[in-house]
Amino acid sequence: MDQLLQHALNALILGGTYALLGIGLTLIFGIMRVVNFTHGELYSFGAYMMFMWVMLAGANFFLALGLAVALGIVLGAALEFLLLRRLRGADIDTTMLVMIGAWIALQNIEQLTWTGVAKSIDTPFPSSPLVLGPVSVSWNRLFVFAVALALIAASYALINRTRLGKAMRATFQDRETAALMGVKIDFIHTATFALGSGLAAAAGALLGPVFVVYPSMGDLASLKAFAIVILGGLGSIPGATVGGFILAFMEELGAGYISSGFRDGMGFLLIILILIFKPTGLFAQKERIG
Amino acid sequence: MSAGSGAELTVERLAIRFGGLSAIEDASFEVRPGEVLSLIGPNGAGKTTAFNAITGYCQPAAGEIRYRGTRLNGLEPNAIAALGVVRTFQKTNVFTGQTVHDNVAIGLHLRSRQRPLAILLGLPSVAREERQLAEEAREILRFVGLEARAAQLASALPYGELRLLEVAIALAARPKLLLLDEPVSGMNPTETASFMQLLSQIRARGITVLLVEHDMKMVMGVSDRIVCLNQGRIIAEGPPASIQRDPQVIRAYLGEKYASRV
Amino acid sequence: MKRWLTLAWLAFLVSVPLWLTDLYVLHVLIITGIFIIAAMSLNLLLGYTGQLSLGHVAFFGIGAYVSSLVSLGFEVHLLPDWLVRLEPKPVWFAMLCGIAVAGLSGWVIGKISFKVRGAYFVIVTVSFAEVVHLVALNWVELTQGPMALNNIPALRLGIPGLFEIHFLRKPANYYLVLAVAVLAYVLIRRLVRSRAGRAMIALRENEPLATSVGVNVTQYLVLATVVAAALAGAAGALYAHYVRIVDPDVFLFIYTVTMVIMVISGGKGTLAGPIVGGLIFGLLPEILRAAAVKPEVQWIIYGVLMVLVVYFLPDGIVPAVRRWWQGRAKASADGPSGAPAVEAAR
Repeated sequence: MDQLLQHALNALILGGTYALLGIGLTLIFGIMRVVNFTHGELYSFGAYMMFMWVMLAGANFFLALGLAVALGIVLGAALEFLLLRRLRGADIDTTMLVMIGAWIALQNIEQLTWTGVAKSIDTPFPSSPLVLGPVSVSWNRLFVFAVALALIAASYALINRTRLGKAMRATFQDRETAALMGVKIDFIHTATFALGSGLAAAAGALLGPVFVVYPSMGDLASLKAFAIVILGGLGSIPGATVGGFILAFMEELGAGYISSGFRDGMGFLLIILILIFKPTGLFAQKERIG
Repeated sequence: MSAGSGAELTVERLAIRFGGLSAIEDASFEVRPGEVLSLIGPNGAGKTTAFNAITGYCQPAAGEIRYRGTRLNGLEPNAIAALGVVRTFQKTNVFTGQTVHDNVAIGLHLRSRQRPLAILLGLPSVAREERQLAEEAREILRFVGLEARAAQLASALPYGELRLLEVAIALAARPKLLLLDEPVSGMNPTETASFMQLLSQIRARGITVLLVEHDMKMVMGVSDRIVCLNQGRIIAEGPPASIQRDPQVIRAYLGEKYASRV
Repeated sequence: MKRWLTLAWLAFLVSVPLWLTDLYVLHVLIITGIFIIAAMSLNLLLGYTGQLSLGHVAFFGIGAYVSSLVSLGFEVHLLPDWLVRLEPKPVWFAMLCGIAVAGLSGWVIGKISFKVRGAYFVIVTVSFAEVVHLVALNWVELTQGPMALNNIPALRLGIPGLFEIHFLRKPANYYLVLAVAVLAYVLIRRLVRSRAGRAMIALRENEPLATSVGVNVTQYLVLATVVAAALAGAAGALYAHYVRIVDPDVFLFIYTVTMVIMVISGGKGTLAGPIVGGLIFGLLPEILRAAAVKPEVQWIIYGVLMVLVVYFLPDGIVPAVRRWWQGRAKASADGPSGAPAVEAAR
């Protein structure tokens, strides 16, 4: 029973960051219809930024976190502007291929810059965990959970309470009408990609110090993000949030009770099962196949 | 043409709804063998929706559609095509990246019996059938008047010829009931007149035609009977002469201009 | 003209081991040839049928693993008290098993792909490949996991008592791969130029129109996937019995990407495209390596190339060359109006 509680707690914490990944991608995938293979690279970018600022530049941990997210937003905007603008009308395979090319280039630039050796990041938190009865949790992870929740809430507020969010939702529902109503689609696209990338970078920046940082860490993150988006339903933030937690729970329980080797396989299994039985996801806002 | 038990196509109490909206409600009509029946009505009356339901592109919420006794509700479009019911589309729809000849060749899909294994083995029967199909494609292109364009890419065709190509593709599927969705929209009077000719030749081949069209001159000229839809309901049915005088139709669609002629 | 060109090209390919003394280059050609077979199979699915399958390496790897396991024999506990054992079988039989199982998994993916289209299909196929990767990595009892399957026997063909060819050395393997590649090309060509091929192209170009004339979507998606998977499985089996070591890295996503680059840059939906793309991206790494370029830089170049190809040569190299060639022909001859168009998508 204690084991179960511990797993559940771990899953809760992991789920928060997974939700960030998922929200970021559901926005991009949903609004722009782009199969964003670079999402994982933004995740690892966030982690490497933390490494660079904390370990190499000696900056304050929390400042570095903010910087990592900000830089992630900038990188996302740049990618959209440089690569995707031109392809605005193109079909989905074309943008997908460009994203794959960008992903390969980005990951190898990272590999070249930082080498493949895994890096660890020091945190300012006490190393002894907080013990709450039968379960324990490290301060670091607690912090991660708190920040993740804050960012999830912020995303929710952005999408539902601001004009930008309204414009994004309109573009998701019906692009042509939104454009006719005066929404600047170009700007929305850049903003969406930038925000989604920022969230991925945030997830990476949060989890980097928890685990280790290495160039291909983004690959699994990308695929899990897709699993979450599909599970939750394209374009649904609540869906991505719930999806993130569900995936984390499945991973934790799977790793704990079946086999740790298949931990990462849970995500993929999930994708395949969902798409066979309920392709629109749990919270689909719009009927969509393809 | 098929004598026997009455109607070719029966639509009974058809209802099609999207979310809360009712596109078609309680519509019943039939198409008789060998005739040309036209569906008219203002934009949004539900004509193309009816086509979509008949040919399997959307599912009726209620009602029955029967073709020569076989129930069409719930069948996939390709199964309905195999029964002999083929449609064209309202917006120009061809295989733009293929040549005119290949467009029609794709339309001949149901005519061919090649099995994958035979294809992979390269059996002579496959080559034989390919030659036959090529000849049939040429014949169809001759029939619609496009044989000169056979080797050109569909994307190179002018608008009027594209619409002819659409009809050619549909004819290749050997329909017994052909559903034409606004075939002359956008055509100039010459093209329309020659299309009307083509239509009478299609009739002469024994093909029953269900037509959706806005061009009143053509509708009145080719139709045996007309069914008028407005806001998803059938408001009138009958031969062209009586439709022209029907007050409901005039009010809904033909407008004051025609009303004053009555 | 075309026929002569093809025969000349074929004759050249056949002659290569006779004059090529550098065995390393021959090795590179063999591996490239195997990749070309895989790329041709992906082209059938991605290029002709328009299915965004990004899990193609799964079929390759399944072919490799199944063929290896059947030829090595194995012993595995499917349940704690249920031991399944297979004695080693002749390699030719093992290869056929590899092709069959790969084709079967293609059938499964084909069936799923009908329900799940476009971008979702991409994700399903990638996930499928990852799941298979993880199975290979973790089901150590069967696959040896990261320790790899070793000492995989090479193919032996022959009539007992009369003669036997043992495909152990490079020249023999070169001819084997060439033969399979030619066979694959012929099969794909036959398929693509038939009613089935037209149906696949129709589905890619305009599905509602295709169904309106009777094309059964599921049937042809499945057919395309099965044939593509079986051919990829054949490539995998060739690979396994040539390098004779197979480990889970054979399922790496990067190999799918390589195949995709080959198909897209060469020209998707053309018969020659994957061959051209395969030659370029099969030989490019070696040229770059000889120029002492680091592998990371090589991949960065690949990534940039992919983006550039998509921007500037969206149809790929082969159609661009064809257009240029026809442009020249048109310019030099006083062609009648309406000169024959490009042999589109052939």
